[in-house]
Amino acid sequence: MKKSVFLGALTVAGLAAGAAAAGTLDDVKARGKLNCGVTTGLVGFAAPDANGNWEGFDVGVCRAVAAAVLGDPQAVEFVPTTGKTRFTALASGEVDMLARNTTWTFSRDVDLKFDFVGVNYYDGQGFMVPKALGVSSAKELDGATVCIQTGTTTELNLADFFRKNNISYEPVPIETNAEGQQQYLAGACDTYTTDASGLAATRASFENPSDHVVLPEIISKEPLGPLVRHGDNEWGDVVRWTLNALIAAEELGITSANIAELSEGTNNPEVNRILGTEGNLGEMLGVSADWAKNAIMAGGNYGELFEKTIGENTSIGLARGLNAQWTDGGLLYSPPFR
Amino acid sequence: MTIVTDPPKASFRVSQLIYDTRYRSITFQIAALIGFLILIGWLISNTAQNLADLGKEPSFGFLAEPAGYDINQRLVDYDNQNSHLRAAFVGLLNTLLVAVMGCAAATVLGVTIGVLRLSKNWLISRIMTVYVEMFRNVPVLLWIVLIMAIIIETLPQPRDFRGADPQASMALFDSVAFTNRGFYIPEALFSRSLGDIHLFGASAMRFDVSLDLLALVAVLLAGLWASARIKRNADAVQEATGVRPTVWHFRLGVVFVPLLAVLVLLGFHLGYPALKGFNFQGGTHMRNSLIALWLALSLYTAAFISEIVRAGILAISKGQTEAAAALGLRPKRIMNLVILPQALRIIIPPLISQYLNLTKNSSLAIAVGYMDITGTLMGITMNQTGRELETVMLGMLIYLLISLSISLVMNWYNNRVKLVER
Repeated sequence: MKKSVFLGALTVAGLAAGAAAAGTLDDVKARGKLNCGVTTGLVGFAAPDANGNWEGFDVGVCRAVAAAVLGDPQAVEFVPTTGKTRFTALASGEVDMLARNTTWTFSRDVDLKFDFVGVNYYDGQGFMVPKALGVSSAKELDGATVCIQTGTTTELNLADFFRKNNISYEPVPIETNAEGQQQYLAGACDTYTTDASGLAATRASFENPSDHVVLPEIISKEPLGPLVRHGDNEWGDVVRWTLNALIAAEELGITSANIAELSEGTNNPEVNRILGTEGNLGEMLGVSADWAKNAIMAGGNYGELFEKTIGENTSIGLARGLNAQWTDGGLLYSPPFR
Repeated sequence: MTIVTDPPKASFRVSQLIYDTRYRSITFQIAALIGFLILIGWLISNTAQNLADLGKEPSFGFLAEPAGYDINQRLVDYDNQNSHLRAAFVGLLNTLLVAVMGCAAATVLGVTIGVLRLSKNWLISRIMTVYVEMFRNVPVLLWIVLIMAIIIETLPQPRDFRGADPQASMALFDSVAFTNRGFYIPEALFSRSLGDIHLFGASAMRFDVSLDLLALVAVLLAGLWASARIKRNADAVQEATGVRPTVWHFRLGVVFVPLLAVLVLLGFHLGYPALKGFNFQGGTHMRNSLIALWLALSLYTAAFISEIVRAGILAISKGQTEAAAALGLRPKRIMNLVILPQALRIIIPPLISQYLNLTKNSSLAIAVGYMDITGTLMGITMNQTGRELETVMLGMLIYLLISLSISLVMNWYNNRVKLVER
């Protein structure tokens, strides 16, 4: 890990001339593989299964982009990054995109020179405590020891939250989710804080998930989304519209089950445009005409991907909530494909 | 008759730069130097160009912005509204703390183990051999992580101390609590405190020094000085008369009586840790990360130091020991008066590198979440501001300065010891 920070810094520093320049789309096509930065392991979002295949919600986004660009959802090289190394890895060109539950903030977008292409999960920061602690609200955590992943927005939200409520805490900085889990379960910290989705995923992997509760307070807005380097708009467009295609597909009722049938032509022009049987959206984007079809076939539309990886029927058990389509009272809203 | 003629002044030709051996080596060196400078220049301009392409011109302005994050172990006042520079300073002090603690413990342990490894007692020398081989052949990062895991997994959590029939209890007459969050030990408090001096005003390097501590150190030093004077007088009397006056009680007295008097005057008492809320409050909290890092670094470095000490002792010829024994010195005095002073000359130079190693290895602190300069400046600050190049270079500069200062002090000490040679 240390090495990758340093190598990343060095690469930024000098040797990767042109890595940051425009042309990621051509680079990916030439390489035949998409380098996608993911977490070091968060069940449901990105974690290798027993056979070493990466799977999860964020992984699904990577595979969709690979399918859109290269036509092959398996042509992805997953690069595990920690909260600390992710930005250096992206800025240096080590990865082409990050799909790593990363919060879209002003300074990351503007000052750190990245482009967030959209939001694939609307989240907020929460706290998990053992039931035995007898705490029912985050405001009762005065003096508590809090495990926190270092280099994240949660670290800053935490400081703000305790300052605002005028209570004290002792931060225990940790590097990865696995370390946080170990310290939390051993009682080296009273509470573990991260995005509520991450807490649910972590809790699901415990031996006795019911011994732990996630407190009701959500102390921040955490719009999580994929991001690319600033300044390469063609590549940014590819990732942005791949994500939009997944969201629009759910809205328009395109699923992995009926996509073959729909791509023979329908009487809904927008579906036709998305699936490439009408218009030339793929050509405008610089990819093949059936890009969106490939992306949707990679893991299903947004809703299917959600249900398969983190939905209510999985061990993570997250409800759609804010992440429902706008037609269902959620925040997901894809701009039109026209 | 001799005619002295000046040798004809050969006119300098450019080809001489290559074919004339007088100039050739200089030519090559200058060419190599130019090549080297061009390489450096290319690296710098390429870096600047790439950063400009990314839209990230190097700038250190971020250091003045509010850090926004909290640090658990603070030797000076700090909160999340202070600047990144202040956070870096807090981290720097944490680095220095663990480096100083580590060097001290490693030296004591290393010298003891090195001497014991030469013991004639078979069991002791073998145990020490096992220790040395075990610690120096496993990467220090693994030791740090292992010790941290042991602390976290085996020691009780603060919650276990609660209740009528707690699972865990405090040690040493309820004054010390060993928990998996660290050790809580009594702290020194002064009811008639002299207060603090505030150094460096309101800058990021502001630093409070306790006047109580200064007073105690001053009294202690004065006592030691007086004690040394008494010893010198006694030596002089012994030289002159051959009889050594009994002075040990005076020497102890001048050190301890003023010290005790100052402690009483300042109203010295201990503050004990007590379980309140989620954690122990009061007392001094030695965090688990500090303990793991400190122990691992000192145990690891002690293994190397012990080998250096052993080599130093073995380098002193056996004739010295025999000569000293012939003069009637006992083995312990031979070691202290004859062998060690000579061995020190050999030991100190490699010891300096071990101190430097320990200090640099302390940057592994992030493995256990110890907030040193790597964790603050090159960790969170780098991540929150996206200033990789600036923070890493600043961090390198700081480590360089720390290491050079250690070298400077140790070289000075080395020169002092060297002068003893006749």
